[in-house]
Amino acid sequence: MDKSVGLQGIRYKGGGTMLAWVLHRIGGLAMVVFVGMHVLSGFSMQQFGSDIGTAINTVYESPYFQVFIYFFVIFHILNGLRIIVLDVWPKLLQYQREVTWLQWLVFVPVYGLAVFLMIQKALAGG
Amino acid sequence: MQTRTVPQPGWSFEYIMWIFTRISGLAMVCLGAIGVIGALILGARTQLDLPTLIRWTFFPNPNHVVNSDIPDVTLGWANAYWQIMQMLLVFFGVSHGFNGVRVVIEDYIGMTFWRPLMRGLLFLLWLFFLIIAVYVILAS
Repeated sequence: MDKSVGLQGIRYKGGGTMLAWVLHRIGGLAMVVFVGMHVLSGFSMQQFGSDIGTAINTVYESPYFQVFIYFFVIFHILNGLRIIVLDVWPKLLQYQREVTWLQWLVFVPVYGLAVFLMIQKALAGG
Repeated sequence: MQTRTVPQPGWSFEYIMWIFTRISGLAMVCLGAIGVIGALILGARTQLDLPTLIRWTFFPNPNHVVNSDIPDVTLGWANAYWQIMQMLLVFFGVSHGFNGVRVVIEDYIGMTFWRPLMRGLLFLLWLFFLIIAVYVILAS
């Protein structure tokens, strides 16, 4: 039997906890790509004074990119901490949905503050 | 259907990496906290703006704080201590990230010959980024 799940994952009603899993995974992959490119750009700027490296790092320093990546970074950290807590105390797994809500409650002000500060700096001519 | 073998109790690569993912995640949070506290001790309150402080927190490299009010970056911000902190962060971060990529790919590749091939490729990429990052740190 060779079944591919395909797009059935979208129809699966996993709810908030599945959303957390998806965002955690997408964020993780995004960060691997971002950090990898940033290291390579830094290296080529440092060693060869490369223009492409400088261009890529300039994109990374722009507030629009940072607003985008900070969403995934902060979410990945908070979700990761939630996973660690649930792994160390598995009895809490019965509260998985509530903990996920709590996590969003922490995430929104933290990310909101970060976005506010970034936009403020960008508008002030950062 | 290509499936993974049932995990057996006991030590295995998968089990060790499962533990390492958690440990490395916590370690990176701790190293970030050390970065923030160190920066504040060095005078970040008056010398850095917040985005620069956050850049330093994510990775305490002097290149991240050069465009700030620090009079001399080489005094306190660019020494062996921070180089070691950076190397620890790089080790935990690159390993954590590449293990994550391995998990994602292995969700789609079963027990075929592609598995060891992919693992080998990831291992080489992991080594490559570790070496490049350490070089950047030492040449900063």
